[in-house]
Amino acid sequence: MADNLTTTVSSKNQTVDINRALPTVVIGERINPTGRRKLQAELEAHVFNTVQGDAVAQVEAGAKILDVNAGVPDADEPKLIAETIRAVTAVTDAPICIDTANPEALAAALEIYEGKALVNSVNGETRSLETVLPLVKEHGAAVIGLCMDDDGIPALPEKRLAVAEKIIQRAAKLGIATEDVVIDPLVLTVSVESDAALLTLKTTELIVKEFGVNITMGASNVSFGLPDRSAVNAAFMAIAIRAGLTCPITNPLDPDLAVMILAADLALGKDEWGERWIAAYRSRNKPD
Amino acid sequence: MSELFEKIATGVIEGNLDEVPGLVQSALDDGLDPTKILENGLVVGMNEVGKRFKLGSMFVPEVLRSARTMHAGQELLRPLLAEAGADLGGKILLGTVQGDLHDIGKNLVGMMCEGAGFEVIDLGFNLEPEKFTEAIKEHQPTIIGMSALLTTTMRAMGHTIKAIEEAGLRDKIKVMVGGAPVDADFAERIGADGYGHNAASGAELAKKLAGMS
Repeated sequence: MADNLTTTVSSKNQTVDINRALPTVVIGERINPTGRRKLQAELEAHVFNTVQGDAVAQVEAGAKILDVNAGVPDADEPKLIAETIRAVTAVTDAPICIDTANPEALAAALEIYEGKALVNSVNGETRSLETVLPLVKEHGAAVIGLCMDDDGIPALPEKRLAVAEKIIQRAAKLGIATEDVVIDPLVLTVSVESDAALLTLKTTELIVKEFGVNITMGASNVSFGLPDRSAVNAAFMAIAIRAGLTCPITNPLDPDLAVMILAADLALGKDEWGERWIAAYRSRNKPD
Repeated sequence: MSELFEKIATGVIEGNLDEVPGLVQSALDDGLDPTKILENGLVVGMNEVGKRFKLGSMFVPEVLRSARTMHAGQELLRPLLAEAGADLGGKILLGTVQGDLHDIGKNLVGMMCEGAGFEVIDLGFNLEPEKFTEAIKEHQPTIIGMSALLTTTMRAMGHTIKAIEEAGLRDKIKVMVGGAPVDADFAERIGADGYGHNAASGAELAKKLAGMS
């Protein structure tokens, strides 16, 4: 059983520690133009009103880290992601999770970012390992490793563990500490395979036991194609936190989810004196 | 007679995998025309499933179950239909474009297209344009379907269409595209023949492109 490692990320003025004994760290997912027409149009025009509004709203709703994706088709992504990050850090102190599949955009973002960023993401593909990890090392960042490689997403937890191991080892070879690798065991929808979520949970347990690293997930994938997604997401979130999830990438503005994360933390002994749970209750029931 | 067709259609709608193959077999044993069993039974059921999914009264797991049920019934008919020279809708090649590793949506489209009567050849994901052109030459499909889930990989769909044009294959096939960041405007801009918003509408589009509906 490996010790629980602490991943530390920071902005210029704020440091966030991620560890299984600490409250769950929500990485706010909203700053992403995929499927958001208005945001896409604004980014194309280098307008950042929605980006800044989303940044503030997510932090107010409890996000501790903000994911920033500026992937607009045909745009100059390196320039645009740097501008988007500057717009976000101008209005919040939350550390940034740089979300891009473009190595030049990643380099540009890391270049201008003040602090220790979380990079989203590397995976077990040779090309990904070779382009992303050196940038992570060069800028002293932390990185999310996805449990998939040239052959896709393995079905078996043991195989996904092997991909995680490959990423952790390649990172170590470059001098990236294991605590700076956060693993995403990958969540598929239970719509298609009824044991999809169970496989993710088993993968999580294996990785935590073996490496003690922090775990992230895009947990809302679990409910794709189903009605009442929010309830499914919330239930899965609570179970995943128990299995070892420490920093979900999710929408903090979903009230069901936000409450469930706080309740799970409380039940798992990650909220001393019930302080966060009670504070959230008060803020929900504030007289106008 | 029509009662049996109705049972088959209802079986498909309910995703009754245990009963539908038996019903199809007994229809065959009764000497019914395989084409009629397909069209008046299985397809009627699957069309209703598509409609209900679009309306939001059926959900992905139910649709997949129906598609699998339809497929199981169809497998019994396939050799007989081929013998009779019936057109089952032809082949569809599916794949996720270069740089993109997402394949859940594409797999759903594949299952739905199988349910709609197509033979589906899944090429996988992260496919260079040449993979598509080679596969078109090899399999001679009616339709190719491309998927991209990232705003940064969707333009690879345009590159792939160009490669198909340059290989002189564009007239031989219809192209349909889909994926979270894709829309009908984008599909038109890159010269695709159609855009499917989700797996059910993808299968519907395939039928339209193949001249089946």
